[in-house]
Amino acid sequence: MPEEVPVLQVDGISKSFDGVEVVSNVSLKIYSGETISILGPSGSGKSTLLRCINWLEKPDRGDVYLAGKRVGRKEDDQLMSDHELASVRTQMGMVFQSFNLWPHFTVLQNVIEAPVHVLGVSKDDAVVRGEHLLEKVGLEAKRDAYPYSLSGGQKQRVAIARALAMSPTVMLFDEPTSALDPELVGSVLQVMHDLRDSGMTMVVVSHEMRFAREAADRIVFMSDGIILEEGTPEEIFKAPKHRRTQEFVAEISR
Amino acid sequence: MTDWEIVLKEWPRLASGFGTTLLLFGISAVGAFLLGALMVGPLRSRSKIVRIALRSYVDGMRMLPFLIFVYLLFYGLPTFGVKLDAWTAGLLGLTVYHCAYVAEILRGAWDQLPVGQTESAQAHGYHGLRLIRRIVLPQLILNTAPVLGNQLIYILKDTSFLMIITVQDLTYAASSIQSMYFVPLEPFLIAMALYWAISLLIEGFVRVVHGTAKERGLGHA
Repeated sequence: MPEEVPVLQVDGISKSFDGVEVVSNVSLKIYSGETISILGPSGSGKSTLLRCINWLEKPDRGDVYLAGKRVGRKEDDQLMSDHELASVRTQMGMVFQSFNLWPHFTVLQNVIEAPVHVLGVSKDDAVVRGEHLLEKVGLEAKRDAYPYSLSGGQKQRVAIARALAMSPTVMLFDEPTSALDPELVGSVLQVMHDLRDSGMTMVVVSHEMRFAREAADRIVFMSDGIILEEGTPEEIFKAPKHRRTQEFVAEISR
Repeated sequence: MTDWEIVLKEWPRLASGFGTTLLLFGISAVGAFLLGALMVGPLRSRSKIVRIALRSYVDGMRMLPFLIFVYLLFYGLPTFGVKLDAWTAGLLGLTVYHCAYVAEILRGAWDQLPVGQTESAQAHGYHGLRLIRRIVLPQLILNTAPVLGNQLIYILKDTSFLMIITVQDLTYAASSIQSMYFVPLEPFLIAMALYWAISLLIEGFVRVVHGTAKERGLGHA
């Protein structure tokens, strides 16, 4: 049987800022329907790695493949044009720590904006789908509200609906609950749980242990720009091999 | 005939001047705004040459009295074989001059815009002009409405300089009634009232835009 092509393959990615290498030669394969949780202390390079995946940060070295197709560079090694890169990015949903909803649009407008103006979906179709997605994240009542009037948890759920509206192949979450008040975290995690159960392929950078433990198929533990350890939640939480992982798990389990 | 009766008799002259002023203001405001909006992306271009060229233009205009610029366009350019009629020179002058201010206002506002706004747009497949038009520019306008409104009033007031190069605007009309009939007060009072009226309309428009911004939690800049 031929080997399954990973939805997402990260191949030897490195990235430096001002001469400091924050991601060093990281490789990773994510298969269809998998949920990967990337854990690690602050400054371990996990967010940068995630941003390299959709080329919001241009990797210094290494490659990213989405469903077997190279991201950011063409076959002949030339950089993709802005237009080509933008088109690849539509297949990767991204959710940010600070939500980054577009404040001049209503909730529904946020959700239908890119499908209509980037993908060329008809407005009527986009609205139907947008309303359905808002219902899924429990915010159909807020469709005409402006992001300004929402709580952080509601904003993040809109941001998830907005990303899903593009029908992405994979969803990238960059610390989706870190900016939320503790009592608002649950609703966002619930949406992420549902999404996982629906079979979405997800890469989640987070401090959220509960989600990693309950929802991740695999946990990737990063420290100082490298992957120190990779395994099932069971393996990472019950029997971490590396001293750094042991310390981290002990620290967050207290 | 009292002075006011003279002004009343010469009303068509004032009305025509007022029409010219409105037309000059309308066209150059729209032109300055569109060109300024188009420049805001290139002002942040990755290319140093583009950046320096546009920066020089913007600063060049900002440091130049408008009247000198108009003199150069109307009286100076013919030296190089480019002869513009008064209307064209005036319109060009207003548009090119104020476009620099508009571009600078919008560029400054973009520097204040959270980088997450463009990042989330890029992550959703936006780039280039579409990113600016759909995601960035609406926020810049909402955030700077009062400042842009001020600029509109400057454009309006600068139209009155154009009588110097023989454009027959409102100020020209008032001035010619004054010199024909030696009525030094009334024509200018009328002109003043009309400039105020347009300015108040601009202010009202700005207030509406600013209200729209506040409803969206914007416009604190």
